[in-house]
Amino acid sequence: MMRILAWAAFLLGSLIFVAPLLGMTEFSLSMRRGVYSLDAYRSVLADPQFQETFLYSVVMALFTIVFGVMLVVPTAYWVRLRMPGLRPVVEFLTLLPLVIPAIVLVFGYIRLYNTSSFLPLTGSATGTNILLMFGYATLSLPYMYRAVDTGLRTIDVGTLTEAAQSLGAGWVTILARVILPNILVAVLSGAFLTFAIVMGEFTMAALLNRPAFGPYLQIVGANKAYEPAALAVIAFGITWACMGLIQLVTRLSPHMRASR
Amino acid sequence: MTAYLEISRLEKSFGTVRVVRDFTLAIDRGEFVSLLGPSGCGKTTVLRIIAGFEALTGGAIRIEAQDVTRLRPSQRNIGMVFQSYALFPNLTVAQNVGFGLRVKGAPRGEIDARVAEMLALIGLPDLGSRYPYQLSGGQQQRVALARALAPRPRMLLLDEPLSALDAKVRVSLRNEIRAIQRELGITTIFVTHDQEEALSMSDRIVVMNGGIAEQVGTPFEVYNRPATRFVANFVGSLNTFEARVEDPAAGRVAVAGTALQLAGPLDAARGAALGLALRPEAVHLGRQPGREIVLPGRIEEVAFHGSVIRLRVAAGGAQVALDTFNRPDTPPPPIGASTEISFSARDVIVLGA
Ligand SMILES: Nc1ncnc2c1ncn2[C@@H]1O[C@H](COP(=O)(O)OP(=O)(O)OP(=O)(O)O)[C@@H](O)[C@H]1O
Ligand SMILES: [Mg+2]
Repeated sequence: MMRILAWAAFLLGSLIFVAPLLGMTEFSLSMRRGVYSLDAYRSVLADPQFQETFLYSVVMALFTIVFGVMLVVPTAYWVRLRMPGLRPVVEFLTLLPLVIPAIVLVFGYIRLYNTSSFLPLTGSATGTNILLMFGYATLSLPYMYRAVDTGLRTIDVGTLTEAAQSLGAGWVTILARVILPNILVAVLSGAFLTFAIVMGEFTMAALLNRPAFGPYLQIVGANKAYEPAALAVIAFGITWACMGLIQLVTRLSPHMRASR
Repeated sequence: MTAYLEISRLEKSFGTVRVVRDFTLAIDRGEFVSLLGPSGCGKTTVLRIIAGFEALTGGAIRIEAQDVTRLRPSQRNIGMVFQSYALFPNLTVAQNVGFGLRVKGAPRGEIDARVAEMLALIGLPDLGSRYPYQLSGGQQQRVALARALAPRPRMLLLDEPLSALDAKVRVSLRNEIRAIQRELGITTIFVTHDQEEALSMSDRIVVMNGGIAEQVGTPFEVYNRPATRFVANFVGSLNTFEARVEDPAAGRVAVAGTALQLAGPLDAARGAALGLALRPEAVHLGRQPGREIVLPGRIEEVAFHGSVIRLRVAAGGAQVALDTFNRPDTPPPPIGASTEISFSARDVIVLGA
C-alpha cells in the first residue's frame, strides 16, 4: 500500500515537474511549421545580445564564486575552529538573504552606494559591477556557507590545523594547502550553485541596469515567441549541467570519500 | 649544565578549574620522558602548552635556555604526533612527510632526499605514493611520526599515539618508536595512560594526578619506590595491608594481630594507622629463605595464565595477589587450602596513613 502511494506521489510530482518542461522543449523545437527544427536555438545563439549578456553573466559568476569562496571558507573555518559557540548565530546570518527579497537588498545598496554617498559605487560601470557581485555573493551566501560548513564537518579541522601549525605552517598555508583541498568537493558544489543562481538572476541586474543574462531573458520573452522557450531550455540545461558536475567531482575524488 | 627543556611552575586554568598546577619538569637532551596518569589529569594539556596550542595561565617554558612561552606553535619547531594520526587526507604519504620542509621553503631535491630517508626509517620505503586512506592504522601512525621528524624538530611530542591501534601493533610500534627515538637522539615527551607503555619505553616517568606531578623518576624508581599512595596504586598492581604502628623507632607494626618488623624506623606515632603495600612478585607462596615475614592464609582464587599462575590469598586481613611460575611437576594448590605467604621487609612499601 505504502509502495503504491509512494509511486503515485512520485508520478504526480514528475508530472507537475516534467510536463511543462516537455511542453516547453517541444514548443522550442516547433519554430518551423510542421517539422521539428533547431531554428529557435540557431536564432538565439546568433543573436549578438545573447552572446554579450551570456558572457557578462559567466564572468560575473566566476568573480562571484572567487569572492564567495574567499569570504566564506576562512569565515566558516574560523568559526568552527575558534568560535564554535557562534555557529548558530553565523548560520542564522547566512540564512537572511533567503528571507530578505533581492529587491529590498538592491534598493538598500542603491541608497547606500549612490553617486552622492561616501562610496559612490554606482557612479561607474566597474563600480556597479562590483556592487552587483556583492549582491550575487549575498544571494548565494546561504548555499555557499552551508556547502562549505558541511565540507568542514567531514574533516577534523582542529587537529589538522594543529598538525600543520606544528610543521611550521601559517594561516594562509593552512587554508590553501590543508583546508581548501580537503573541502574542495563541497566548495565546488557551492560554486556550481552560485553559478546557477547568477546565470538566472534578474532583479538585481535589472535594477542596477547591467547587461546580464537574466534581464536579457526577460526582454526576449516579452518580444518573441519561440526563442524564449529555447532560452529557457538552455538556462535549464546550464543548471542541470552544474548539478551533474557536482555529482561528477564528488565521484572523482576518492581520497575525500575514504579518508574517514 | 642546564636542562634541554625546562618547564617551571606551569599553571593552567579553564575558567575557574585549575587543570595543571605548579608543574615543574626538567628534561635532558635526548631523554624520553612519559607523562602517565588517569584520564583527565592534564597530560594532554601539558603537552599542548609545550607545543603552543594552549596558552598558559602561569609559569614558563624554556628550550635550550630560550624562553618559548610567547612563541606561536609554528615558530617553536616542535614535532607533534596525535592519537588520531591527523595525516592530511589530500596529500600522499611522501607529500605528508615533506610538508614541513616544503612550508619552510626547502629546495625540492633536499625534500625528496629527506622524505626517502624518513620513509626508510619507519620501514615503509615503498609507500610514498599512497594516500593515507590506503594505509593501516599502524602505517598511518608511522607516517605521522616520519612527518613530525622530517623537519628536524627540537623536540618530539606524542599524545597517546598508540591508543587507537590494536594490541599487537601497539607493542611492536612501541618498540619501533623507542628505537627511532634512540637512533635520532631526539628529546621526546610521550603521553599515555597505559602504565605498561610508560614503564617499558621511558627513561623517566612523570606520574600525574589532578594536574599535579606526583612523582618524577625512572621506571624502576616509580615502580619500586612510589612517592605517594596514588603512584603506588596507579603504577603496577599492588597488595595493601592496614597496619598499626607499635614501635615507630624500631619499625615494628602489627598486621591483623601479627607483629611485623620493617626494614627501618617509621615516621609515625605509636598506635597510628599505616598502609603497607607489596608488589605481587614480592610475595611468595610458602616459606622461603630470605623472606623473613610469614603470614598464614587461605587460597581464594587460582588463575592459570600459562607461564605464570596468579593466586589470590586471604592473609593479614587483606586479599593478597601473588604470582608463581608454572612448573609442570607441581599442580597449582586447590581453592580453600590453608597456606602461608612470606615476603621480605625490604620489599614492603610504606604508604602512610
Ligand atoms: N578546552 C578546554 N576547556 C575546558 N576544560 C578543558 C579543556 N581542555 C581540557 N579541559 C579539562 O582539563 C582537564 C585535563 O584535560 P586533559 O585533556 O589534559 O586530560 P588528559 O590527562 O589528557 O586525559 P585523557 O587521558 O582522557 O586524554 C580535564 O578535566 C578536561 O575536562
Ligand atoms: Mg589526553
